[in-house]
Amino acid sequence: MADLSCKIAGIDSINPFWLASAPPTDKYYNVVRAFEAGWGGVVWKTLGEDPPVVNVSSRYGVHQDADRGIIGINNIELISDRPLDVNLREIEQTRKEWPDRVIIGSMMAPIDEQAWKELAIKIANSGVHGIELNLGCPHGMCERGMGSAIGQVPEMVEQTTRWIREAVDLPVFTKLTPNITNILWSAEAAKKGGAHAVSLINTVNSIVSVDLDAMSPTPVVDGKGSHGGYCGAAVKPIALNMVAEIARSADTQGLEISAIGGIENWRDAAEFIALGANGLQVCTAAMLYGFRIVDDMIAGLSNFMDEKGYKTLEDFRGKAVENTVDWNALNMNFDTKAFIDPDKCIECGRCHIACEDTSHQAIEYAVKEDGRRSFTVVDEDCVGCNLCAMICPVPDCIEMRPVDNGKPYMTWPEHPLNPMKAAE
Amino acid sequence: MTHKLCGAAGGVSLSDDEIAANFGDLHKPLSQLQAMQAADHCIYCYDAPCITACPTSIDIPTFIHQIRTRNTEGAAKTILSQNIMGGTCARACPTEVLCEQACVRNHGDEEPVEIGLLQRFAVDHLMAKGGEHPFKRAPESGKRIAVVGAGPAGLSCAHRAAMLGHNVTVFEAKPKSGGLNEYGLAAYKMVDDFAQREVDFLMGVGGIEIKHGQALGKDISLRELRDTYGAVFLGVGLGDTNKLGLDGEDKGGVLDAIQFIEDLRQESNKAHMKVGKHVVVIGGGNTAIDAAVQSRALGAEKVTLVYRRGEEAMSATGFEIELARTNGVTVELWAQPVAIHGNGHVASMVFERTAMDEKNGTLVGTGETFEVRTDMVLKAIGQKLDGSALDGLDLAAGKVSVLDGYATSLTGVFAGGDCVKSGEDLTVQAVEDGKQAAHAIDEFLKV
Ligand SMILES: Cc1cc2nc3c(=O)[nH]c(=O)nc-3n(C[C@H](O)[C@H](O)[C@H](O)COP(=O)(O)OP(=O)(O)OC[C@H]3O[C@@H](n4cnc5c(N)ncnc54)[C@H](O)[C@@H]3O)c2cc1C
Ligand SMILES: Cc1cc2nc3c(=O)[nH]c(=O)nc-3n(C[C@H](O)[C@H](O)[C@H](O)COP(=O)(O)O)c2cc1C
Ligand code: SF4
Repeated sequence: MADLSCKIAGIDSINPFWLASAPPTDKYYNVVRAFEAGWGGVVWKTLGEDPPVVNVSSRYGVHQDADRGIIGINNIELISDRPLDVNLREIEQTRKEWPDRVIIGSMMAPIDEQAWKELAIKIANSGVHGIELNLGCPHGMCERGMGSAIGQVPEMVEQTTRWIREAVDLPVFTKLTPNITNILWSAEAAKKGGAHAVSLINTVNSIVSVDLDAMSPTPVVDGKGSHGGYCGAAVKPIALNMVAEIARSADTQGLEISAIGGIENWRDAAEFIALGANGLQVCTAAMLYGFRIVDDMIAGLSNFMDEKGYKTLEDFRGKAVENTVDWNALNMNFDTKAFIDPDKCIECGRCHIACEDTSHQAIEYAVKEDGRRSFTVVDEDCVGCNLCAMICPVPDCIEMRPVDNGKPYMTWPEHPLNPMKAAE
Repeated sequence: MTHKLCGAAGGVSLSDDEIAANFGDLHKPLSQLQAMQAADHCIYCYDAPCITACPTSIDIPTFIHQIRTRNTEGAAKTILSQNIMGGTCARACPTEVLCEQACVRNHGDEEPVEIGLLQRFAVDHLMAKGGEHPFKRAPESGKRIAVVGAGPAGLSCAHRAAMLGHNVTVFEAKPKSGGLNEYGLAAYKMVDDFAQREVDFLMGVGGIEIKHGQALGKDISLRELRDTYGAVFLGVGLGDTNKLGLDGEDKGGVLDAIQFIEDLRQESNKAHMKVGKHVVVIGGGNTAIDAAVQSRALGAEKVTLVYRRGEEAMSATGFEIELARTNGVTVELWAQPVAIHGNGHVASMVFERTAMDEKNGTLVGTGETFEVRTDMVLKAIGQKLDGSALDGLDLAAGKVSVLDGYATSLTGVFAGGDCVKSGEDLTVQAVEDGKQAAHAIDEFLKV
């Protein structure tokens, strides 16, 4: 069996699966259950200065598909609403009882040096392995000048990170908000401030749905709603891109990454690691299915690694980074065509109508003599967009086949039709 | 998943409650959750084969998509705009040889989408909600149309003609509307008085009047109707039945299956229905199956269905034959009736084994006979047109001949449903005939 142990910001973990700072890590009771289930570590629910915040009732909203399958959820919860001291005592106790598991203390404070430093020292004294700066909460806390209000200003990201580095001698994770135009600006700021790692992403600002009876965004709090933080499967693509941007930028080299955002299973985990993540954090999937999902994450990842011959996470970590390039570096001469396997085709016609109405009119539809329907790709018209293969309900029925055209690798800057090139 | 009845055996008869339970819904209606799951199985095909397979061309992928988006009322309207008896069809259509047989899921060796149950889900939703009729009438045309027969063909024609702005008078011989929806379909397909509820719903469009107890050829004549109305539609179904042609056919206990089913449908307390202990049903169509299964449901201890050819020649669908077998009906193939014995009341029947004569492909008796003890014989060997009131109309092969567009040989007289040769003799075909005939009449009235 593959070795799943990981090291991030100098901290050793039995596996890369940590629970992100959120309700699953809110207190001793949950965290112990998580450790019993096999999670390698937790980032404790974000701590603030006393008095603790007060939450509203009606806190989560959901984005569902037609079968009640959950695409994503959002929330308008604030940080920990329990007294700081209670949290710190529970952290201490858990650390004692579970010496091989990681506990990171997440924190936020108003933009004031003393406030950040004092809180960080208190948390450090509870025995945590590291401190995570929550600079991402996009609702409520930002209205009080915290969370994303700080995370959206690179100078403040750098400043708060530096304060914590100065205050405590522990690994520092700066947790980034995706609600910005360019993730590299905040990642670079965190690096300049001395962060050992960045954690990303925090939740995405959102309204998940409007209650058409109440005429209010959900979750509805006494007839009104507010924007909240979106997370779960839907945000994975956003998180993957942001992780990749940091992993491949020269300016953020050496910055370690604790990847978060829509990780639901081992495959998601492997994808983040392939894009350079050193560790992983999960919130929504645990909230939807319970802590037991870590079993499949561990078993699935280790099967995958065994199959591919990877002995440790380092063996494939970042392997997809070199293949993540700018558009301008893609091969313009590459050509791929859809091929519909007539033996697998069940004749639903979805590929035809998709290509006919919205793509390149490249799938011919005919009714044969025996009444059966046939759908055939016209190679000359197919541009290789993948649309038909994506929507086909039958697995492996439509295959995208690369054409061996013998042409050399040619990027857009080298392309004869590029007006910039012609101007040279 | 086939409906399993409580069966009577070993001389123990069924309790009233058991009989009532046997006449519960053949297929349980879908819950919202089940409907969402069933709808999810639909691929939303383009130019879907199921639409072509439906005689009324309901846009099935669209209505299922509407169920998915929880636009259930919209789904019902999509169905009813093509088939105003979508509710009955959802219950009675042999979907296994119609829409569901054409479902592309079958090509993937999967179960087809449960189109019939989804259709019922949508239409029942709309009917339960009540409120305004979903369709508006065009401005009054001032034209009057007579419809003979308040079965699916007649009512479908009346509804569409009313929508097109015409005023319709329906003449119906029986005391209730619905035709075989009310008097013929198996009771466990039409629970809770659905036929009457559907007629009420359909009448909600306005512009239709039904006169009961008005038989063409007795109370009214075709000539009178042609003189008084701009056009006439005949949807009289098949009012007569074939006879065995055996001595003793008039003995007590020997009945037309159709009559037996009609009495059963009209009996509100099924436990009051008389049924034999050993019932013999003769025939190979769905009427024979319905008579056999419902006899079992009433508590007949032994039911033997006798058909003179092999199973593949039976016009009953595979599902129906399976339903009969599951419910303890013995299916006796390759045998034809030769004698009815009994003293006043039937006591036994004699059958002769049959075989195919390979040379000329005809059915022949082999001479070998066997006797079956029975106290009730139900004949289901086919219905035929009662032509007595149809003077002056061209008939062909025992049905009213119609041209394209459902026009008969008499100007201004149209016909559809079982009394013409269109598709199969099915409710859904009758509805389609009536609808198309209404459009043909509309065109006719314009000239
Ligand atoms: C026992 C049985 C079970 C069946 N089960 C199914 C099934 O499960 N699914 C399915 O799709 N199909 C089934 N069918 C077939 C289906 O019922 C018919 O195809 C359909 O009812 C035909 O409709 P119609 O309007 O043409 O005729 P009918 O339903 O027969 O209606 C004709 C109407 O005209 C009236 N009428 C007749 N003569 C006159 C007259 N002279 N004057 C005035 N009114 C008159 C009758 O009283 C009746 O109301 C079954 C048929 C039978 C007999
Ligand atoms: C209800 C809820 C509360 C959260 N509270 C916090 C928090 O206190 N501190 C924090 O840093 N992130 C918080 N998050 C964000 C998560 O830690 C995580 O970054 C985000 O949900 C994306 O990961 P996921 O897709 O696995 O859920 C919260 C998320 C949810 C759903
Ligand atoms: S890949 Fe795109 S262009 Fe080619 S056949 Fe499929 S949908 Fe049409």
